[in-house]
Amino acid sequence: MDNELLKINNLVVQYIVDRDVIEAINGISLTIHDGETLGLVGETGAGKTTTALSIMGLIPNPPGKIAEGEIYYNNENLLKKSEKDMRKIRGKEIAMIFQDPMTSLNPVLTVGDQIMEVIKLHNKVSQEEATLRAKKMLEMVGIPGERYNEYPHQFSGGMKQRVVIAIALACNPKLLIADEPTTALDVTIQAQVLDLMKKLKEEFKTSMLLITHDLGVVAEVCDSVAIMYSGEIVEKGNISDVFRNTLHPYTKGLFNSIPDVNSESERLESIPGMVSDPSNLPKGCKFHPRCQYKTAACEEQNPELREISPGHLVRCLYAKQTIEEK
Amino acid sequence: MKTLLEVNNLKKYFTTKYGMLHAVDDITFKLEAGKTLGVVGESGCGKSTLGRVILHLLNPTSGQIIFSGEDISSPSKAKLHELRKNMQMIFQDPFSSLNPRQTVAQTIGEPLEIYRVCKNKQEYSERVKEIMDVVGLAERFENSYPHELDGGRRQRIGIGRALALNPKFIVCDEPVSALDVSIQAQILNLMQDLQKQLNLTYIFITHDLSVVKHISNDIMVMYLGVMVEKTTTKELFEKQFHPYTKALLSAIPSANLDVNRERILLKGELTSPIEPEEACRFAPRCQYAEEICHSKQPKPIEVVPNHFVACHLVKEINQL
Repeated sequence: MDNELLKINNLVVQYIVDRDVIEAINGISLTIHDGETLGLVGETGAGKTTTALSIMGLIPNPPGKIAEGEIYYNNENLLKKSEKDMRKIRGKEIAMIFQDPMTSLNPVLTVGDQIMEVIKLHNKVSQEEATLRAKKMLEMVGIPGERYNEYPHQFSGGMKQRVVIAIALACNPKLLIADEPTTALDVTIQAQVLDLMKKLKEEFKTSMLLITHDLGVVAEVCDSVAIMYSGEIVEKGNISDVFRNTLHPYTKGLFNSIPDVNSESERLESIPGMVSDPSNLPKGCKFHPRCQYKTAACEEQNPELREISPGHLVRCLYAKQTIEEK
Repeated sequence: MKTLLEVNNLKKYFTTKYGMLHAVDDITFKLEAGKTLGVVGESGCGKSTLGRVILHLLNPTSGQIIFSGEDISSPSKAKLHELRKNMQMIFQDPFSSLNPRQTVAQTIGEPLEIYRVCKNKQEYSERVKEIMDVVGLAERFENSYPHELDGGRRQRIGIGRALALNPKFIVCDEPVSALDVSIQAQILNLMQDLQKQLNLTYIFITHDLSVVKHISNDIMVMYLGVMVEKTTTKELFEKQFHPYTKALLSAIPSANLDVNRERILLKGELTSPIEPEEACRFAPRCQYAEEICHSKQPKPIEVVPNHFVACHLVKEINQL
């Protein structure tokens, strides 16, 4: 558990479109230990998916480029690896579940062949052995093995997502990156898929980076959580710290904007305004234009990520004061 | 309170090459003026079709729709034109439901032009500005095109367009599901404010139970074209009688760590709505299903006052 499986140091990613520089990620640092599930939460454009693609070495270049930072996987810097080496890691060591199950499968290959492809690519096995393993994977995610020869369009959304999960887990990766794995699914199917992911996590001891905008899903499966806003981490810590002792005004706003079935309140507290344009980020704290507690200092200096209590980090000038007020 | 909308035994079947698809099957309900009915269900349960049939964007196969005391089940073209003034729709996807070649002002103003409600240009532009103000769009966006705006603002245009003719009744088809949570809260609050100000009646179609709890007075839960449970919002969240509603509610992931998360996991997925057999549609996934459930379709019965449930075993399951 103590081994640092993935360590991201001060990652900066930019997209250069025409003459504009879009600052997608502005210096984030993350650590995932063996067997840990980290939730990465934020709204559209916060840089969640870009973070995932950076780890996989899949940032389209151009227009994207990793300007700074290191990504260590088992103490090896992934950014220094050649494309050939990365291909060996992708799918075998680090696998990714993409957001939209409808478009991430190849429509002209049977689902079985798509699972087998990964197995054959990374293991020296015979055709029969690979087919057999692919069938086993299908059954593991709750699809009968007889459906090996069917095409993606013959499956429903929830089943397609299971196939995508089966592909990702086919080579028993150590790190699984799941980008909004349940967003496209209905709630009852989402519950089934989350349940499946939890079981697999326990069975294979896979570490996971779960990207989502749904704090409910995070509460369900994650051990720790990092909240992103405008390409920065604004709050991170273990799940109980962040959920019970929320410190950053943005995180608080997020919690208040969720209509909760268990609460009685009539009106939602919304966060005023919109996410800042990433090609024209505000000076100072990135959240200050929407923050109700902002002062002159917030407009000037961008606060550091500070450790408020062990393991609980917040990027806000006044976070400590909020605690004392409590 | 006055009943604004009454729907009796409404059916909508589609012809497919495999047989008749029962999208909406025998739905009956009443909606009072100024209230909101939430229609909840998973994809493919017929909730959007229901909304569209009520607005006559699709013609009903059979059944009766009564609006303001008038039977509008099969209106003439002229009558329909007149009706649309009072019945509007807000669509799900603010990205594809707006004309990309019309500016904000043109989109909001189009209904005003079609119905020739403004006497002159000045009145027209004043009315457009007024609507933009009501839905919280700054005047500087008047000449912007949809692609220049973000999802929240686009959805505000969609709301503005629906409000332009002062309708009485609006069908909102998943108006916030394409938006981020912080923006979603802004739009939900706006819709609630507008309802109070303008005495609007909503049918709010969504798959998100927490959203529907927030905005609705009554909730109807649909499963494969049929209504399985309907009651007031308060009652539904206190006690659910139908096994599907119970599972649906327990499946919502809650952001509250202290909530007891006991989960009813449903087996399998939606069965086909094409030529369904005479049986309870939920029976193949129901943990309580008995013989009768596989041979007879249950009708909604009023189990306790104003709480309708369509389940053969409702008494046994809930020990009533």
